[in-house]
Amino acid sequence: MPLLARRPTRRFLDALAGPHGIDGYLEQIDPLLVSGECRAEVVAVEHGTEESATLRLRPNRAWQGFRAGQFVNVAVEIDGVRRRRCYSPACGEGRRSELEITVKRHPEGLVSHFLAERARPGMVLGLSQAEGDFRLPQPRPEAVLLIGGGSGITPLMAILRTLFAEDYDRPVALLNYAPDPARAIYRTELERLAVEHPNFKLIRSYTRAPGAGEVDGHFRPLHLPESDPCFTEAETFACGPPALLEAVRGTWANGLEHRLHVESFVPPTFAPAGEPGEGEIRFAGSGIEVTNSGASLLAQAEDAGLSPESGCRMGICHTCTCRKVAGTHKNLITGEVSSAPDEEIQICVSAALGDLTVDL
Amino acid sequence: MNPTATLPANSAPTATGYPLTPEQLESFGEELDAIRLRVLADRGERDANYIRGVIRAQRGLEVAGRGLLWAGVFPPAWIAGTAALSVSKILDNMEIGHNVMHGQYEWMNDPKLSGKQFEWDNACPADQWRHSHNYMHHTHTNIVGKDRDIGYGVLRMSEDQRWTPYYLGNPLWAALLATFFEYGVALHDLEVERIASGETSLAEKRELLKGIWEKVRGQAAKDYVLFPALSGPLFVFPLAGNATANIVRNLWSFTIIFCGHFPEGTHEFSEEETEDETRGEWYYRQLLGSANLSGGPLFHIMAGNLSFQIEHHLFPDLPANRYAEISVEVQEICERYGLPYNVGPLDQQFGSVVKKICRLALPDSGTRSLRPSPGVLLNGLGGATKLIGGAVKVARRMLPGGRSAAAA
Repeated sequence: MPLLARRPTRRFLDALAGPHGIDGYLEQIDPLLVSGECRAEVVAVEHGTEESATLRLRPNRAWQGFRAGQFVNVAVEIDGVRRRRCYSPACGEGRRSELEITVKRHPEGLVSHFLAERARPGMVLGLSQAEGDFRLPQPRPEAVLLIGGGSGITPLMAILRTLFAEDYDRPVALLNYAPDPARAIYRTELERLAVEHPNFKLIRSYTRAPGAGEVDGHFRPLHLPESDPCFTEAETFACGPPALLEAVRGTWANGLEHRLHVESFVPPTFAPAGEPGEGEIRFAGSGIEVTNSGASLLAQAEDAGLSPESGCRMGICHTCTCRKVAGTHKNLITGEVSSAPDEEIQICVSAALGDLTVDL
Repeated sequence: MNPTATLPANSAPTATGYPLTPEQLESFGEELDAIRLRVLADRGERDANYIRGVIRAQRGLEVAGRGLLWAGVFPPAWIAGTAALSVSKILDNMEIGHNVMHGQYEWMNDPKLSGKQFEWDNACPADQWRHSHNYMHHTHTNIVGKDRDIGYGVLRMSEDQRWTPYYLGNPLWAALLATFFEYGVALHDLEVERIASGETSLAEKRELLKGIWEKVRGQAAKDYVLFPALSGPLFVFPLAGNATANIVRNLWSFTIIFCGHFPEGTHEFSEEETEDETRGEWYYRQLLGSANLSGGPLFHIMAGNLSFQIEHHLFPDLPANRYAEISVEVQEICERYGLPYNVGPLDQQFGSVVKKICRLALPDSGTRSLRPSPGVLLNGLGGATKLIGGAVKVARRMLPGGRSAAAA
């Protein structure tokens, strides 16, 4: 709408719609109409494996696309609370009308469980702009090697689909680790791609079903291809659980580090990371780090020389609320313990259990 | 904090006429804490749906109101439009704004419902409100000398405020404050009475003044210039409608808010008797300093659930839609401890507030202790002159082209 895009019109509309802003009214008509926030509507849900769900999303105008390998921060409201988790789009790159993510259900995972079980077409999710340095570079490399484990396959699928959409004809290989064929995400599509593209080498290992794949067991250097491409000459993208990546890093040490790009998919922690009085507290905004004394975060911030806003200091007035970036905290009034990232907390009544980063 | 120490004879629980032993105070506090913890754990989809529903209604009423007032030259459109806009402003300020800014919905992790980010359709900047209300008023509720809501700096609402001839105008100042309440609220954090008495100066309040000016200007532009301009030569109709809606909101919110702590039967406390309060004593002061209004569900929504002032003061950060169900338990607890539960219909409660305003306009004949007045210490024209002079000085500096001089 060209008229709305012109600056004086926008300023006029903003003044009319103050203080809530135009989005505050547009979203009452349709949540996707907002321009100040990325949102996406679930268009389709497919269960490729028993433990996973592939969601096709239609993002709104605000979304600006992604590069293969990057991730987005998806927000979903569960029982009134907005939760955020990162997922890597698995479709080909660009600014497309549809986005595909695959959610693998963790046994105790709140969001993964919700999305895998309860996502329905029509559901509206929050989205973020694409982030991350882990991405397929331009110009495209001479040879590409992908190493994936579990849900780490998702950004690698984006890379593969992007390459083949561009008719990539140079050597590309995928070394993929999954528990067994039934639980291998995107298995059938990968097999189809291997058939359709002679330059694509597919090497699979099923760690709980020996013999079912081209190789067996967890990562070891002899799984790597020696030609078309040779792993020492290919631009390598590895994504998966920490153990896999550590092993891969070990092999790429001594001269090959510049060819290796790594993205770690760490499963969420469900148990408190430590005891009160253990760990380090990081004040992300000021770059200060202190040893956790077990006292409230407000007291520790003040001891560190910061002066965060505070009020009643008893958990009533919410003046001291700020964002916990990561870590486990305990609410000293309710006793509730939470490991959720990006959570608003009242620092006067919060104590850290183990390492914690807060935006102060 | 020593919950088992014997309280001095003239301290709060005995001075109010509702004595409780330290042990009773402790278990009183524990019972209320239990309600709080239970509701905190129970918050979920129901509450999220509620606040979103209220917001939806408010936005819809606002758009409808503005639309109708655009055609406000037709009397039915003007009346309906003004009514819709009035209700939308009341909802925005009270059930939505006041409650969201208390952090009641912060647990939802939705930035639009974050207590610290929310801005409301009111002359008062949200950050100043959060400071003067969430922190100052709720922590020091009804403590004379610390709770500046007692009188708002311009009225005498407590016998403990020392009488001066200025207060003969109490009813007039109250009527003016009620009509222009959003500006009274906007100026609240300025601490006008402390400026007049010389304790602080306008120059020290420059940042606050700037915030107030920007907010007032934005709202005035929207309500009194931009929307009327959309009606062209018939601008006077939306202009009158917007002004009326603002005044209706002012009068209504003043009425509800003043019924919160001033009806007959509410108590004030001194700084001495509230020093080193225990949790039970804090609850006790919140209970005895507050009064409720009875009514149906629609009334409670229009009152921003401030009709449950007692529950709000006991649990300011619990979602306000829960106060009705909590009130049943609170009343039962009060009965068991022999404590008063001050509730009455609007006409009765507000009637007693009006009586108090008129009564306190006159000097007392009693032997109340003469504590320093937290109200305006204007004596004749002297203080008013100082105030006006200071305002002119600061306004000059803030105008474009004015000197940005260092604070005097």
